[in-house]
Amino acid sequence: MQQLISLLVENKPGALMRVAGVLTSRGYNIESLTVAKTIDPTLSIMTIVAEVGDDGRDLLIKQISRLVNVIKAVDLTDSRAVRRELVLIKIYVEEERRAALLTEAEIFRAHVVDASPEAYTVEATGSPDKLNALIALLRSYGPIEMVRSGAMAMARAKQNKLPVPSYTEAALSEG
Amino acid sequence: MAMLSGAQILIESLVREGAEAVFGYPGGVTLPIYDVLYSHPLRHVLVRHEQNAAFAAQGYARATGKAGVCMATSGPGATNLTTGLVDALMDSIPVVAVTGQVPQALIGRDAFQEADTFGISRSATKHNYLVKDISELSQTVHEAFHIAVSGRPGPVLVDITKDVLLSKGDYSDEQAMMPLRGYRLSDEPDADAVERAVEFLWQAERPYIYAGGGVISSSASSELVRFSELLEAPLAHTVMGLGAMPTEHPNFISMLGMHGSYAANMGVTECDALIGLGVRFDDRVTGRLDKFAPGAKVLHVDIDPAEINKNRRADLGLVGDAKPVLRLLNERLAETRATLGRERREARLAWMEHVRAMKRDHPYVYEESTEEIKPQALMRKLDQISGGEAIVTVDVGQHQMWAAQHLRFNHPRLWQSSSGLGSMGFGLPAAMGAKFACPDKTVMAIVGDGGFMMSLPELGTIAANRLPVKVIVMNNNTLGMVRQWQQLFYGKRYSEVDVASFPDASLLAGAFGIAGGSVADPADLDEALAHAFDEPGPYLLNVQVTPEECVYPMVPAGGAVNEMILQPEPEAAEAVAGD
Repeated sequence: MQQLISLLVENKPGALMRVAGVLTSRGYNIESLTVAKTIDPTLSIMTIVAEVGDDGRDLLIKQISRLVNVIKAVDLTDSRAVRRELVLIKIYVEEERRAALLTEAEIFRAHVVDASPEAYTVEATGSPDKLNALIALLRSYGPIEMVRSGAMAMARAKQNKLPVPSYTEAALSEG
Repeated sequence: MAMLSGAQILIESLVREGAEAVFGYPGGVTLPIYDVLYSHPLRHVLVRHEQNAAFAAQGYARATGKAGVCMATSGPGATNLTTGLVDALMDSIPVVAVTGQVPQALIGRDAFQEADTFGISRSATKHNYLVKDISELSQTVHEAFHIAVSGRPGPVLVDITKDVLLSKGDYSDEQAMMPLRGYRLSDEPDADAVERAVEFLWQAERPYIYAGGGVISSSASSELVRFSELLEAPLAHTVMGLGAMPTEHPNFISMLGMHGSYAANMGVTECDALIGLGVRFDDRVTGRLDKFAPGAKVLHVDIDPAEINKNRRADLGLVGDAKPVLRLLNERLAETRATLGRERREARLAWMEHVRAMKRDHPYVYEESTEEIKPQALMRKLDQISGGEAIVTVDVGQHQMWAAQHLRFNHPRLWQSSSGLGSMGFGLPAAMGAKFACPDKTVMAIVGDGGFMMSLPELGTIAANRLPVKVIVMNNNTLGMVRQWQQLFYGKRYSEVDVASFPDASLLAGAFGIAGGSVADPADLDEALAHAFDEPGPYLLNVQVTPEECVYPMVPAGGAVNEMILQPEPEAAEAVAGD
């Protein structure tokens, strides 16, 4: 099944390779992976979605956790977490259908970020399910091109919180 | 402080870490390092192949517990190290590998002798570095040593670009090391967990200790012996654990697993509490996992949390370094001895007696011969010479298992075996590293005729350094363990295992300027061995043994450990003789 992993890593060359290596050496396919710096620029947070067998999940978290650059790894698959994804969709839509498209896109809180004579580019965020529905809808307007960010996740429960300094702490230390 | 070159900073860092010897091989991009070594007291041992530099560094590390250091140039130098690094990773041996990298300006341009060492060594090491800035060099080297020896030990590689080696900078010592935020060393287990473990240990009627390399890494031998004595529990070792408890201790049974003894494997099958100490429930130990210690509850102590529940679910897992954990347990066991009522104590003594009786009744057996030298008889002779005190390094295969079965070890860090990765060619270079570490100890490399050929060029290193290592080739003219599997499981279709045409050992050794000889008649064996070990320098002894001997007992791959093949079937033996 798909496992959702959130991890705090040192922002160092090779950190991504090490984490990805634990997955790929076991033949697990990475469905998506996002990574970016935290408030503390020496740290990054990664969100990984991967196809992992049920009996391999705990072991995977432990084996990722023991990497020298990994500060904490948590399995959010079954825990309360906010999961969001960004998608950019370019739709080659005829002029007379553009108004209808805008109305329907509004239902998904998607908005147009670029327009040209032949196409609209729409941006939307949401759960993967919501985005799948949006994509299905927009395809009915014409051929599309699409880029998805992959999932980002943040734990709701305290025990799965990653130990990143909060914004206030960071601001204070910067003086 | 005077500005130093990167190469000088590297050597200074190695010296500050207490490195006594570097096993290495020079090349284009490491020229600046070798220029520093030219006039530096740090000892560099020029090996004949980089793989053997990594194995020799392991030999040093396994003998001392300190990190062994190896060095290689970029490209092929670095890729040749890889087997030795994976080997160290599998057996949790601390090694620091230093490699040169092409200048930064050339990286990614397919420069001469460029390889992605950082990428290639990622899965071959516990951690690795690419140093592109001289200001990070000394701290990186100190970090590498810290990571290599602490926690669960392992190999760490530091790849340094040539421009860094040539540029100028300052040395800063390990005190200035940045905290490693993602590197957590296990704390002592909490008191509650220790109490639960003590309760678990006293409740058992048939406790059985299964101890491995983690106990040796942790230097916890005396704690282990005390633990077994307090519990009055029999103890088996993995191939990595041999020597942690002295072979002749009355509680010691033997090695367990695929070629473990009857008593060790039946003991683990019949116990009701299995205590795994510094072990990883490897498939060569457990055989069929669901039949391994089927009636036992498991207490698993390991420094690496990822080992707990990896292969066998533990009823109780204690994460921690074996030495402090065993100390805590021993303390509490001594205080709570009265918890063990008379009835259970008697049951436990009967159990201990039962396992000891199995050991007495089922020793390792083999058919003696006056015609041929039996490999097991050779091991017994070598054991007499060692008396449990020599450093013994082995390759991988039949000779390794016979040596593990028949040689005694009175102390830890005497037995060196490529156990996890199973690398042929390990024994000879490991013996070199061990001899540098322990010049006063007898060091013997017991190798097969197959593996010996993989590290043959190191006879040059042994000769050049006048290293009095005794190389004993157990020569059965075949790749014996592969042949054994073909014999037992592939209908004797012996495919590509014939490595006859072994060179004349005295000529071969003589060509390197060292002494050597061969023996094939059992009547001459004592004299040949005496000659080899009396010789003050190195010696290569080729011992021609029975070609078609199998290692028993044997648990077929995927079988349960209590379903051992104890001896060859009579008709099978005849058929083999007729082949």
